[in-house]
Amino acid sequence: MYTNPEILASLKKVEATRQERFNNRDNIKRMSAEEKDEILKAYHPDYKEENFENLVVGVNKGDKVPHELADMLQAHSRVKGKKIDLRHPKYDVDVLVIGGGGAGASAAIEAKNAGANVMLVTKLRLGDANSMMAEGGIQAADKPNDSPAIHYLDVMGGGHFANRPELVYKLVTEAPAAIQWLEHLGVEFDKTEDGTMVTTHGGGTSRKRMHACKDYSGAEIMRTLRDEVLNLGIPVVDFTAAIELIKDDEGKAAGAVLMNMETQELLVARAKCVVIATGGAGRMHYQGFPTSNHYGATADGLVLGYRAGAKLLYADTLQYHPTGAAYPEQILGALVTEKVRSLGAQLVNKDGVAYIHPLETRDVNASGIIRECSTRGEGVDTGTGKAVWLDTPMIEMIGGEGTIMKRIPAMYRMFAKYGIDIRKEPILVYPTLHYQNGGLEITPDGMTGVKNLFVAGEAVGGIHGRNRLMGNSLLDIIVFGRNAGVQSAKAAKNTKVGKLTLAHVAAFEKELKEAGIKTDKQSPKLLPNYIGKPLSFDK
Amino acid sequence: MENVTVYFFGKKYEVPSNLTIMKAMEHCGYQLLRGCGCRNGFCGACTTIYRIKGETELKVCLACSTQVQDGMYVATLPYFPLVKQVYDIEKIRPTEQIMMQLYPEIYACIGCNACTKSCTQGLNVMQYIAYAQRGEYDKCAEESFDCVMCGCCSSRCPAGISHPQVAMLARRLNGKYIAPNCEHLDQRVEEIANGDFKATLESLMQKPVSELKELYNNREIEK
Repeated sequence: MYTNPEILASLKKVEATRQERFNNRDNIKRMSAEEKDEILKAYHPDYKEENFENLVVGVNKGDKVPHELADMLQAHSRVKGKKIDLRHPKYDVDVLVIGGGGAGASAAIEAKNAGANVMLVTKLRLGDANSMMAEGGIQAADKPNDSPAIHYLDVMGGGHFANRPELVYKLVTEAPAAIQWLEHLGVEFDKTEDGTMVTTHGGGTSRKRMHACKDYSGAEIMRTLRDEVLNLGIPVVDFTAAIELIKDDEGKAAGAVLMNMETQELLVARAKCVVIATGGAGRMHYQGFPTSNHYGATADGLVLGYRAGAKLLYADTLQYHPTGAAYPEQILGALVTEKVRSLGAQLVNKDGVAYIHPLETRDVNASGIIRECSTRGEGVDTGTGKAVWLDTPMIEMIGGEGTIMKRIPAMYRMFAKYGIDIRKEPILVYPTLHYQNGGLEITPDGMTGVKNLFVAGEAVGGIHGRNRLMGNSLLDIIVFGRNAGVQSAKAAKNTKVGKLTLAHVAAFEKELKEAGIKTDKQSPKLLPNYIGKPLSFDK
Repeated sequence: MENVTVYFFGKKYEVPSNLTIMKAMEHCGYQLLRGCGCRNGFCGACTTIYRIKGETELKVCLACSTQVQDGMYVATLPYFPLVKQVYDIEKIRPTEQIMMQLYPEIYACIGCNACTKSCTQGLNVMQYIAYAQRGEYDKCAEESFDCVMCGCCSSRCPAGISHPQVAMLARRLNGKYIAPNCEHLDQRVEEIANGDFKATLESLMQKPVSELKELYNNREIEK
């Protein structure tokens, strides 16, 4: 419920201009390439140089990353000073999957199907992941007016042409098969009565190729994958974090040191291959932003991989989702799916003006909101900061009454809990830290520069260049998750594990010392700390 | 901001009234491990049972998306031992017998409706179980779609039904066997397997960025 007089006054203006905006909805101009460059440089958080620093140790020495990530990459190991008995591993498997989200589950399923003895560890529960929270959908070029080549061009343009072409090739050509794989597992996609997929646009797409399961797309995919992992009898060790990778004396990845999150007990897992599928980093709260991410999104995999010698790619680029909830305070930073704009809701400023095309790419739209709320002075004061309107009632004007309950029930529910009926009232939004565009560098077989160390999902860098399009993350966790499973199972067949060692950890500590780094921090972070400050960081 | 009195596991705390239950616990010094997941109503990790002082009704909610109230007695339910039956999705079929085989306890439902009353998502749980009993898996799937599998319903069920797992099975049966097949998808998968798009894609991959930019900036966008 809106009660603040300033919000109510602005709301009146939004209502007053709605009909006219509706009539002119097809005439909102898209930005030119030059205009996009300009707005990004002036307003996008990735361009705020003072919030970054250059790494002084490791394979990416000299490269720019956010301060908060540098602190973790250049912190002490959690095994420092601990006695770890590498000679008697508690677990001994072919493939060790670290992470219980969509990528990890897909990798585990495919490794198992390829005959490997696979185990999955996750620091919370299986399915506690950003995958579960993905609302809007999954892209695949499977309609007659679309093709993998058209999809390819959208991905490259959205990523500012920094994407690794060979990874994008894999992403777009294996997309339809990924959807089919999910369907065969029983995932319920939105379809018409004749089986045609109901698809929409996302920001930056040139064809309507967004497949969805209402606005529980990720949840529907994740719960199905979880069910399949359990059906296949894959051992899942939950509430157990990987805190360091183990290598063998030939330098291959050969397992991990695990920590029971509840008892702090340390355990050794030996493996012929390791798959990092630890997800993103929203809970690092880069630049003090709120986040739409899961509680466990703390860049653990980047830290583990980096200390083991795997290279980072584009670790300086983050995605700020333009529409994080900005009101009410209780859900600050929570994701308002892009599908709301796919279905026709416009971004509208304090004075009721639709100041931008609602389906520009995420980085451009995030920058646009920051511009309205800063230099242009067109933001609405919510009491905790500035915001712009997302005009949800327009969805029903375009799609007919009932569209919201049918297509975005989760969004309805999220706001209804606080007395806001999004069918009748617009909502207030501001960018929220949403996705780690960069990550560990891989080749198309999913492997890093460290032999037998694979990565899948949000922990990978290069697939999405410097900005990801909506619907390509659910896609990449399936395509690259499955790939990592198949490839790691294959590699495991020809692998003999040598003597286990943590020498790389000691070498990294030495490097820290030589670089003059003085820190009392330990990494990976594992969980954020909100004790006593739930209103500041977790906004 | 005014304060309200809440009781976490019976212990009294004063907290700002605008907090969610989850944030109020953190405010009081709890470092959450269990009972905290997506923090936004999708994962079912933070199921919570509460009773308002002076009332008899037992209420349920997700701690991440429920505001504290004065006199709230809170107990979290971070885990509930649901029964999950193992099956091979390739071998089972959407027959009435499959429910009978895997989850026979659903036929012991006494119709008390405690499941529906306890749903943190406000779903009509008893109704979707009725659909499952009749083998109407498409209806069960639709009715249960928004389930976050928190298990609260099962914790209240005198018949020992694991409702979220029954619904999970129904949805997979529906998605795989009952929902209409998508022909354009099958066709596209086949075309890709034939290598139909390989040459176009490879030529795109070899183009210099300047040329790709030109193509991108002038591409046709479907209305």
